[in-house]
Amino acid sequence: MVKTVLSTSHRGLSEWFIQRVSAIVIAVYSIGLIGYFASHSEISFAEWHGLFSNLWMKVATVLFVLSILFHAWVGMWTIITDYVKPYVISLILNVLIFFALLSCFFWVFFILWSV
Amino acid sequence: MIIHRPKNLNLFTIHFPLPAIVSILHRVSGFALFILIPVVIWIWSLSIGSPDTFDIVQQWLSSPWFKFILWLFLIPFCYHLVAGIRHLLMDVHVGEELKSGRLAAWITMAVAAALVILVGVWLW
Repeated sequence: MVKTVLSTSHRGLSEWFIQRVSAIVIAVYSIGLIGYFASHSEISFAEWHGLFSNLWMKVATVLFVLSILFHAWVGMWTIITDYVKPYVISLILNVLIFFALLSCFFWVFFILWSV
Repeated sequence: MIIHRPKNLNLFTIHFPLPAIVSILHRVSGFALFILIPVVIWIWSLSIGSPDTFDIVQQWLSSPWFKFILWLFLIPFCYHLVAGIRHLLMDVHVGEELKSGRLAAWITMAVAAALVILVGVWLW
């Protein structure tokens, strides 16, 4: 992942594609969740907990989080490429962001696992 | 042969057309959302963890200060969502011309502002 994004030999088509697909997943999931909040004015712990114990909700949430991480990765890479010119610093920032996003994924994954 | 063309890169004197502002705000809001990822995961983990921590989150949600902060956080979310839809439409060649592009930028701003107000009303 780090290698493909940071190499200059390819044309960024896969990043462009990842950005669009992940954007659609994020939009669908968040609009769905907003709809859930809008239709349930008072949510109890049992309901909220029960929602995330459904297998389909776990799968959807993992897909959602993965999409966010890929989306954020491409987005942050774009920002860093535009504003951070020294190669070494941008490389370090990219790697740090990659590991921060990766740990966010495992964080969510283990919480979901325990629900 | 050296051609001297007039050049102005001073950000304070450049006139930004609305589509440029819509574009840079998309980036700014995206960065803000990136920073908020761990905060959202943390609050979500509290809400799902146990009935006690769920109650804590619900207490937070009932305080006006927390509502206001949550509303502030939802501004980049609403904006990024609407501006992102504009980008997807531009991918299928909607709103790419100068005129339609300006119109799309106006619509983006208006819809995002309406969403932000709606979210505020709903929170209260």
